[in-house]
Amino acid sequence: MNTGYNFAYLDEQTKRMLRRAILKAVAIPGYQVPFGSREMPLPYGWGTGGIQVTAAVIGADDTLKVIDQGADDTTNAVSIRRFFARTTGVATTEKTVEATVIQTRHRIPETPLSDGQIMVYQVPIPEPLRWLEPRETETRKMHALADYGAMHVKLYEDIARYGHIATTYDYPVLVNGRYLMRPSPIPKFDNPKMDHSPALQLFGAGREKRIYAVPPYTSVKSLDFEDHPFEVQRWDQACALCGSTESFLDEVVTDDKGGRMYVCSDSDYCGERQKDQMQ
Amino acid sequence: MNALAPETGLLPGFSDPVAEAQKTFRAVLEATSRPGTIVTAPALPSAPAPLTPVAAALLLALVDYETPLWLDPAARQPAVEEYLRFHCGCPLVDEPSQAAFALVTDAQSMPPLSAFHLGSDEYPDRSTTLIIQVPNLDGGDNWRLKGPGIRDQAILSASHLPVCFKSWVRDNHALFPRGVDLLFAAPTQLAGLPRSTQLEG
Ligand SMILES: [Zn+2]
Repeated sequence: MNTGYNFAYLDEQTKRMLRRAILKAVAIPGYQVPFGSREMPLPYGWGTGGIQVTAAVIGADDTLKVIDQGADDTTNAVSIRRFFARTTGVATTEKTVEATVIQTRHRIPETPLSDGQIMVYQVPIPEPLRWLEPRETETRKMHALADYGAMHVKLYEDIARYGHIATTYDYPVLVNGRYLMRPSPIPKFDNPKMDHSPALQLFGAGREKRIYAVPPYTSVKSLDFEDHPFEVQRWDQACALCGSTESFLDEVVTDDKGGRMYVCSDSDYCGERQKDQMQ
Repeated sequence: MNALAPETGLLPGFSDPVAEAQKTFRAVLEATSRPGTIVTAPALPSAPAPLTPVAAALLLALVDYETPLWLDPAARQPAVEEYLRFHCGCPLVDEPSQAAFALVTDAQSMPPLSAFHLGSDEYPDRSTTLIIQVPNLDGGDNWRLKGPGIRDQAILSASHLPVCFKSWVRDNHALFPRGVDLLFAAPTQLAGLPRSTQLEG
């Protein structure tokens, strides 16, 4: 740990401000709490919102896991993990079961989360109504009135055009029966994992300076219609490495002759399964 | 044991401010995200009466110059005011409806929850967070809690609250997403009751 930094890089006043926003976010599940800004030493797009939330939450006793698209070894995940190792000295891990804080971009681990774990999502765009209504004053009113008819209309237009809802990532959810929320660009495959999760889920949007939350054991319902119920992605094949038929699969090109295979996007889950099979 | 600062008589705040603020925040986060759970306070700074160490820890961890604080009349003691001005730097306000945080040291004579800042429909996050000192968290009536953060049901039995407190909590929940959020500070423990929690029975 480099002692030239504040613990977790941020000064105490900034952490207090973020902590207050996190507590209000937990008290109002799914509502986006605005927070004041603090420049981070990483450019936007590197998950500054998630980093700020993690920095406000993390302590010396924590064990941190960072994933990007399900993998612990991508440039983004490695640099965020190093950032916290350097500025806090906390233990880091790639194992979902060992982590107390998991910062993520684009996935929820396949291994079920447990009581006491905190998920921190990096959010590029927090406002689920943004594409329908660009004005912040208007979207704020729509949330105040729980006026989400326009979102249903948009999804229904998909059905009319494609025969199904075309949205496969960042699929909108209703939290605690009240607030419409963007789950961040996770595949809709992961949406059911958010519903009544035993973990506390925190969301940080750096550029737009919003924090929102889903407390443990809270209803998270993906929007759908009676005649078009919500469905997750399914694959015809199993993971080529571990044989899982239950995980989210990525298509990987294996050679320059067009060879390809499907493997788990969650590298910890896939690796643990392969290890178990070798024993 | 913390010593008195020799010249002013002002009690010190956290002995390890960065670590104790973080641990105290996590205790509050646990209490707020799992309503009814009794959480042990990780730091007990010395505090001028009637402010208790747990309530002092919550204020030191969360309050600063950005958050107007309301003190109940029993807490408006020069030693308390000086302690909070020095360690937190927070403005003290006379009206509960102007407070981001409120400290209640004598719950029996507290104003109703509706007297505090309830937030607006568009900015429900601007409401007051109340820190209410209680002698214990298991000596009062059993309240059955339901809502976010609670798997099936949770029980909270904070003691020495006004007779009508339960109906205040119900009315507060009925305002959702507006409403105040409550933190109960017992001598060594705390518990949370955010506006999202519903009282059964
Ligand atoms: Zn696999």
